[in-house]
Amino acid sequence: MAEPMRIRAQLKDGVTEVHVLMPHPMETGFRKDEAGRPIGAHYITDVQISLDGRTVLGATLSRAVSQDPLLYFRIQGGRADQTLRVDWIDTLGERRTDEAKIF
Amino acid sequence: MSAWFEPRRDERVAAGGPACTRREALRFMCATLLASGMFPWPGTRAAENDAVAFGSGSLEGALRALGAALDPSPRVRLTVPDFVENGAVVPVEVSSELPGSQTLFVFSEANPFPLVARFFVPEGTDPYVSTRIKVAESCNIYALVQAEGRFFSAVKSTTVTVGGCGNG
Repeated sequence: MAEPMRIRAQLKDGVTEVHVLMPHPMETGFRKDEAGRPIGAHYITDVQISLDGRTVLGATLSRAVSQDPLLYFRIQGGRADQTLRVDWIDTLGERRTDEAKIF
Repeated sequence: MSAWFEPRRDERVAAGGPACTRREALRFMCATLLASGMFPWPGTRAAENDAVAFGSGSLEGALRALGAALDPSPRVRLTVPDFVENGAVVPVEVSSELPGSQTLFVFSEANPFPLVARFFVPEGTDPYVSTRIKVAESCNIYALVQAEGRFFSAVKSTTVTVGGCGNG
């Protein structure tokens, strides 16, 4: 099971700034281990981000997104008690969901 | 194939009826058309094009799969450093001032699979995203924005000291 994400949603002048860090190896499938054996591809493909149930960002990632993907984006509006929810799924079918409140 | 309320085909033919009813003919035609992929169920084609775009080994192939072309616009902004030491972590920022900007794409031309990421931006979210990508070698990075059904692009070249693909 992947490590928990780090999510920060901060309300500033009527705009909610969102930072999401998703710990994940994002293996391309092109690398080899020390013994020279290929390391299988393993990367996040889909990310859904919602605010109180309303989608605010959808992302389709490839193997070319850096290890531990980082996303930063901005939502118009937002209230301090709303919950931001992030879901991802990777090429091996692993999933993770984390939530954070806007502050 | 025949429903309970239809007479069996062999019984019908034995009774002197037609060998093929209109209902059967229509059903056959619909099934053939669906199977041929010419008129697929909505949704399937988009998903297939997606897989083709992300699996394409060339920028042109990925753009073709998306039904897009590069159309440079000053209202699409792409921020990438001029020089990067480590190609495995290249900060990229895409934003658009075009009304109705709905989808943002990032491409790295020299990567084995140039389409790096796609972002769907619903109304209420700024058409802006910042992330970090892997760049195989010094090349052009492209941003593509879909706004009101049309595509617009921006390009920026970056020089990479150590590529972001292999064991480097």
